[in-house]
Amino acid sequence: MSRRSRYAKSTVMLGVTYFAAALATLPLLLILIHLLKEGAAYIRPGFFTEMPKPVGEPGGGMANAIVGTLILVSVASAIGLPIGIGAGLYLAEHRGGRLATVVRFLSDVLNGLPSIVMGIFAWQFLVRPVGHFSALAGGMALGAMMIPLVTRTTEEMIHLVPTSLREAALALGYTRWRASLTVVLRTALPGIVTGALVAIARIAGETAPLLFTALGNQFWSTSLGQPIAALPLQIFAYAITPYDTAHGQAWAGALVLIFVVFVISVLARFATRSRFGLGTD
Amino acid sequence: MKAAPRGDSIYDAVVTAFAIVIPALLLLIALSILIAAWPALSRFGLSFLTSSKWDVSASEFGAAPAIFGTIVSSAIALVLATPLALGVSIFLSEIAPKWLRQPVAFLVDLLAAIPSVVYGLWGIFVLIPLLRDPVAPFLRDTLGLGKTPLFSGPNYGYSMLAAGIILAIMILPFISAVTREVLMAVPRSQRDAALALGATRWEMIRDAVIPYARSGIIGGIILGLGRALGETMAVTMVIGNRPEISASLFAPGYTMASLIANQFSEATNDLHVSALMAVGAVLFGVTLIVNALARWLVWRVTRGSGR
Repeated sequence: MSRRSRYAKSTVMLGVTYFAAALATLPLLLILIHLLKEGAAYIRPGFFTEMPKPVGEPGGGMANAIVGTLILVSVASAIGLPIGIGAGLYLAEHRGGRLATVVRFLSDVLNGLPSIVMGIFAWQFLVRPVGHFSALAGGMALGAMMIPLVTRTTEEMIHLVPTSLREAALALGYTRWRASLTVVLRTALPGIVTGALVAIARIAGETAPLLFTALGNQFWSTSLGQPIAALPLQIFAYAITPYDTAHGQAWAGALVLIFVVFVISVLARFATRSRFGLGTD
Repeated sequence: MKAAPRGDSIYDAVVTAFAIVIPALLLLIALSILIAAWPALSRFGLSFLTSSKWDVSASEFGAAPAIFGTIVSSAIALVLATPLALGVSIFLSEIAPKWLRQPVAFLVDLLAAIPSVVYGLWGIFVLIPLLRDPVAPFLRDTLGLGKTPLFSGPNYGYSMLAAGIILAIMILPFISAVTREVLMAVPRSQRDAALALGATRWEMIRDAVIPYARSGIIGGIILGLGRALGETMAVTMVIGNRPEISASLFAPGYTMASLIANQFSEATNDLHVSALMAVGAVLFGVTLIVNALARWLVWRVTRGSGR
């Protein structure tokens, strides 16, 4: 090949990657534009404060689903955060240990577990024995999904804390546990908060683990022992009905859900950025 | 040696207990599902995997249509997403001007933050009408593909193709995140050496960068495959949910995940529940193998880069 044609080919191929980049960002823009176009008209104060109308009737809101999602996410966080952070501390402090290697690998396996499998497990383990669906079962299924996410970010963030900091604390006479919790964990905290936010953003939109646990609820319920509504479940239920008004509600619900998820994701990103004041040695 | 302070032993016990939760949870999941799946597995044996008859009213359960649908929809997703992810990663790691990198990477990463059910909603109301009208007639008549079995048969929009396209969009950020990372882990010296030998920038990428990162790139693709295999809601909403094996991409089908999502809450008897649990067990097993393989491949590339 001549020199010129080689360079021409190079230019073309580099152009192709520009095209790929443009094409890869296109679906996001298409989805967001459509969400705004279809959903914005249904967003009004009542959407956040009113109960859903019977399917097919116009109007109504998703107050119960919004509160339900908050409750489910709270239950999930109460389970996922302490276990995830604790397991992350263990992994960071026993880097090469045999148990740590096994746990690290299995945490990746758990992270890759399809959410529907988590759903049927939670049904088998938490719903079947008691004989009825409940918010608690849904929250626990989501919490189990949080554990591997929080574990890995906690471990990574603690690795970023300079060893000298821990050594300084130990040299001052701190016991190991106080050095770990009050010095190392505190220094890594912004990063761990980021990880927690990312995990929350991810599970807040999960539907599959809730289908056979939290189930969804047309009525107002905040009881952990009863089936509970959730935004993703409500969106799903509305999307598969044949009614236009229900579809509008689904779009509006999706818009609210995406907005919350994106705000959390962006917050998380900023929290990470400030982390780099930490020093990298 | 002095005994460890009491606080330290309590601390060690607590974090160790939390760490053990992870293997314990996985074991519990595996055991629960296997036990629940046992009645169906013992009754149908190996034919559970090979029989294509999934007939609820006759209590005949064969998972082959769902396994077929899972493989086909994931394959479509990989075929569509892989070149795109590779292109965008090359763009971000080698070519893009500095100011463009962060925003493009951010936009692609955000795709991963969109909940599955929102993809499904978009699929039902935007993608499927598009497939029905301009896309299917274009493929069949304008390109003349209607005679091939791949594009024949009635077209309702709800189809294997719709599922594959949605999955492609959904796994794109996962593949591109990993490929970007492994491309950036390629040492500067590889690039400099190729350029010093007179390679053009494309030749440098093709002959020096990509081969070095190859196993990591494959790992990223397999990781994307793991995601596609288990993806549930979006697929359930667009695939049409019919337990049939068809050569046509326009035909509706089932994946293992969508079969469970669609039928579990209406399961009429214990055997039906058990059969769905068995499908879950197969799905669990397959994603486990696929993910383990992916992790190992990525680890082989990135371990050397001091990360």
